[in-house]
Amino acid sequence: MAQTAERVVGTEVRRKEDPELITGQARYSDDLAAPGMLWMKLVLSPFAHARITSVDVSPALQVPGVVAAFGGRDLAGEWAGPLPTAWPVTDDLKNPPMYPLATDEVRFQGEGVAVVLAESRAAAEDGAEAVVAEYDPLPVVLDMEEALKDGADLVHADLGTNASYTWTLTNGDVDAVFATAPVVVKERYVVQRQIPAAMEPRALLAEYAPAMGEYTLTTSTQIPHIVRVVLAAFVLGIPESKLRVRAPNVGGGFGSKIRVSPEESLALVLARRTGRPVKWTGDRSSDVLTTHHARDQIQEIELAADEDGRIRGYRTRLIANMGAYLLLVGPGVPLLGAFLFCGPYGGEAYHFECTGVFTNTTPTDAYRGAGRPEATYAIERAIDALARRVGRDPVEIRRMNFLPESDGPIPSPGGLTVDSGHYNGTLDKALELVGYEELRAEQRARRERGDAKQIGIGFSTYIEMCGLAPSRVLGSLKYAAGGWDAARIRVLPTGKVTAFVGVSPHGQGHATTFSQILSDDLGIPVDDIEVVHGDTALAPLGMDTYGSRSLSVGGVAVHRAADRIVEKARKIAAHELEVSEDDLEYVRGRFSVKGAPDRARTIPEVAFSAWTAHNLPEGVEPELDASAVYDPENFVYPYGAHICAVEVDTETGQVDVLRYAAVDDVGTIINPQIVDGQVAGGVIQGIAEALFEEAVYDENGDLLTSSLTNYEVPAASDVPSIRIDKTVTPSTTNELGVKGVGETGTIASPPAVINAVVDALSHLGVTEMARPATPERVWRAIQQAKGGAA
Amino acid sequence: MLVRTRVNGEWREADVWPGASLLSMLRDDLGLLGTKNACEQGECGSCSAWLDGEVVCSCLVLAAQAEGREVRTVEDLADGDRLHPVQQAFLDAGAVQCGFCTPGMVVAATDLLERDPDPSDEAVREALSGNLCRCTGYQKIVDAVRLAASRAGGGA
Ligand code: FES
Ligand code: FES
Repeated sequence: MAQTAERVVGTEVRRKEDPELITGQARYSDDLAAPGMLWMKLVLSPFAHARITSVDVSPALQVPGVVAAFGGRDLAGEWAGPLPTAWPVTDDLKNPPMYPLATDEVRFQGEGVAVVLAESRAAAEDGAEAVVAEYDPLPVVLDMEEALKDGADLVHADLGTNASYTWTLTNGDVDAVFATAPVVVKERYVVQRQIPAAMEPRALLAEYAPAMGEYTLTTSTQIPHIVRVVLAAFVLGIPESKLRVRAPNVGGGFGSKIRVSPEESLALVLARRTGRPVKWTGDRSSDVLTTHHARDQIQEIELAADEDGRIRGYRTRLIANMGAYLLLVGPGVPLLGAFLFCGPYGGEAYHFECTGVFTNTTPTDAYRGAGRPEATYAIERAIDALARRVGRDPVEIRRMNFLPESDGPIPSPGGLTVDSGHYNGTLDKALELVGYEELRAEQRARRERGDAKQIGIGFSTYIEMCGLAPSRVLGSLKYAAGGWDAARIRVLPTGKVTAFVGVSPHGQGHATTFSQILSDDLGIPVDDIEVVHGDTALAPLGMDTYGSRSLSVGGVAVHRAADRIVEKARKIAAHELEVSEDDLEYVRGRFSVKGAPDRARTIPEVAFSAWTAHNLPEGVEPELDASAVYDPENFVYPYGAHICAVEVDTETGQVDVLRYAAVDDVGTIINPQIVDGQVAGGVIQGIAEALFEEAVYDENGDLLTSSLTNYEVPAASDVPSIRIDKTVTPSTTNELGVKGVGETGTIASPPAVINAVVDALSHLGVTEMARPATPERVWRAIQQAKGGAA
Repeated sequence: MLVRTRVNGEWREADVWPGASLLSMLRDDLGLLGTKNACEQGECGSCSAWLDGEVVCSCLVLAAQAEGREVRTVEDLADGDRLHPVQQAFLDAGAVQCGFCTPGMVVAATDLLERDPDPSDEAVREALSGNLCRCTGYQKIVDAVRLAASRAGGGA
């Protein structure tokens, strides 16, 4: 009998997640309710830095419907410890405690000072409004460079400094290389603060069963497993076994839902204290203050090169804004970029150092790309500066510096072992896709005519490391947890499959992608496979979703568990067919006897036998069920070439993206439609980072960009369609050959856009462009280059 | 206060506080949770619904304003387990990621195609400009709307 099912890996299987999402039947955290539940509302500090002189919750208790209200001090005895950071990057890291509510001092606008519980959302809001909190304002620290100077005002007075840590990395003889290199370019860039702004604000429902002492937290998170262990062990001091964490449908994350939050901590404690379920939904105006911000680095990068532009050394110094406290992985975010300030280029020496600094701003943490967009921005801007210095074309300078092309591992100057890569391949394809020659011709024509609207072309030939991560590497970087992930697969007696996975999606389509892998491995139709995730009770083993790891770590665990299913099924099939295991051939779900292909057993048949257990071979346990935990040996390294063409109106400063080509190599592709969706979404997010989005504080530390209109998340009419293509160079890190695609777009695109803006204006003498490249900034840069007052 | 509204073809009653929005009436009182709340400030379109045939941000409309009027929500589009053609096009084009913006997007897209059966890409982007999506970059959403248009016989 021929194989029934065609292979589905590599095909555009329609997402099985979608019917409930498209019809509005999907349930997100804010859609949930429990009988008798109370609504929780936090009172947030309006000040960026102040001593709390008093918090009086008694007026709130007079508001009809309000059931309870607490200030920070009222709950101080509840905490086993502060909200911890899981990434203490150095031994001497300064890590001031942050508790769910402030007690004595607030250090950023939006820090919680009190909490109100009420019978309705409206009553909770009225109650929060009635709380009287009094403050004594303190000096506000905002500027990172000022904050590091002697005698600076302090965010945490008792630390005596605003510096949290300095982390360094050196490969090769950096000083010698810089002393002898004929060309050194030194650049300074500011990567402005971003607000992740997932469309679903964070929300949760906390429940407590007093008789059993059991807590259930349903929360809009990317990391249910990490939330469980951290809340139980460090914040609440309860047995981990008594806390179940569920992530229902989650409306986008981009890193902003990698957190263990004050709200989660408070809701669990208050559910226990009141004996009633507690619901909290962050409204947008508090979400932009309380959900972490991101990026916010000042970068100095130096390249040492030969006269022809061949790079010999890299030297980077960063200041990274931690905000007011260290969050879960905040201090580690710059380290995720630390190895990538050389891009996909060669060289013999590399130095990186980063100082994390406290300011009176919302704390920062991961946001799509986390550390790697910043690194890519620096090197892709700097290599253009080098090209200008040595008089080379941006394409040429990249080609001459690419790492050796290889299907197998190659060391990089940053100290990584890159799994595989053919950098000219993606660049060639991108040049063609964008219509490079035609664009250059148009650029020349417009320059000759002196048109008001000029064209620029910008490149980003990026590489990133993702698939976080080999546990031993995380350990050497002082990350507190491992980087493995897990899957358990059960073939039901009816031949259907349930897969329990430890990664936890928020829009990526894991259920579809993993079903495709399993369908090929087990010969079971995609529709007969159920993927269960986001529940620590059902899928207890997992490290969750961030760092483009779900496929390259979680997906590999799924594949390995399927291999074990086949291994066990082979024993049962051989026994039933009365042949040795070696006499069986296995192709997608079917064992047949070599030379007698009609004598066969399918996986569903074996699953039924394994369930009845009437006739199992010696030593084989009932049930067709297997698990795998996969810890990668190396990262995976997606790379690619993005080319952006912009039109800049030299009279108004307006920048429009004319064309954008993204050619990525993300290794083996399981579902091209899902991959393209990730690329398009990421690229547009990165274009927005380059052109529109910036979190702005005034001099008092008040967040000015506190809504979705003044923080400019782009609408459909603000952004272009992009051209997308791929090359496929399988990863050598894992047997699926997959690399990961969740973050490539935001990593690659900002420098392509800014390089294009600079290129459009280079004939006017513009060499630098701050981001976001708003019309005002662009116009000023033009005036400055012209020597006018700017 | 008591508000009587015809919702998805059925007369419904809700006892709301005078300041309650149509969005909160739909979600909290009528259990129609498909209409989403991402900002409550009229900035994102995730709460899009029809009021007397016109798409509104239901977070900006008072429940009281819906008294005696006709409201239609995303729940009205599919027919049992048969998706509305616009929903089917979203599924086929891969226009959904986290799905949080999707109900509002589908409402806005359906409304556009009811008015303009063959919109250009620019017209689609313009018509959807009140609906924010953070996941998709809009590309496949535009593809989906064009796909729905072409299936309905409008243009290419
Ligand atoms: S929730 Fe109504 S526009 Fe955002
Ligand atoms: S699909 Fe997530 S916001 Fe649009």
